[in-house]
Amino acid sequence: MSETETNPIRDAIQQAIDEHPVILFMKGTPEAPACGFSARTAGALQDLEAPFAAVDILPDPRIRQELSAISNWPTIPQLFVKGELVGGADIVAEMYASGELAQALGVEPPEDAGEAPAGEDVAPPPLSIENRLG
Amino acid sequence: MPTTHELKSRIEAAIPGAEAEVVDLNGGGDHFQATVVADAFAGKSRLEQHRLIYDVFGDEVGGPIHALSITTRTST
Repeated sequence: MSETETNPIRDAIQQAIDEHPVILFMKGTPEAPACGFSARTAGALQDLEAPFAAVDILPDPRIRQELSAISNWPTIPQLFVKGELVGGADIVAEMYASGELAQALGVEPPEDAGEAPAGEDVAPPPLSIENRLG
Repeated sequence: MPTTHELKSRIEAAIPGAEAEVVDLNGGGDHFQATVVADAFAGKSRLEQHRLIYDVFGDEVGGPIHALSITTRTST
């Protein structure tokens, strides 16, 4: 077995987590997400105008395998802040809605959906938090 | 193919006192939404709560269970 030998993919993932204060592992890219869960999670970060690094896990199945081994988290997306796993799509959506995400990222909380912002240059909300169906 | 009933039963069997509602998000038997209420979540972070549920299914999450969306609450 070569389990104890160097694992370049795992090392690269760990290094990326260590080097980027906010990093999202997702399917596809923020501009072209390949999964609704990844799209919502990237959208929440974009909505808060929080700078983040994004890694597309799709090009190589080993990325997801090694990422989940590091994080002990089975699904994609996965958001890390300051080297710690924050959560997946559900947790990020809950934290976005409650303002905790903005707090964790050190940015302004989202506009309350009930307050229609004035001004014609306001972009439409880029995502809807509709994670709970039924 | 896993069913909503099977997922509900397995969550409730694995987490003492848990009540689970499981919805098949697209009718395809592979994208599920689980809402789980359990006192066992008290004092645990959201990450830990969600991991308790993922642990019920192990490698099936990402396999036959393509996606499992989770909402957790304590009953009180």
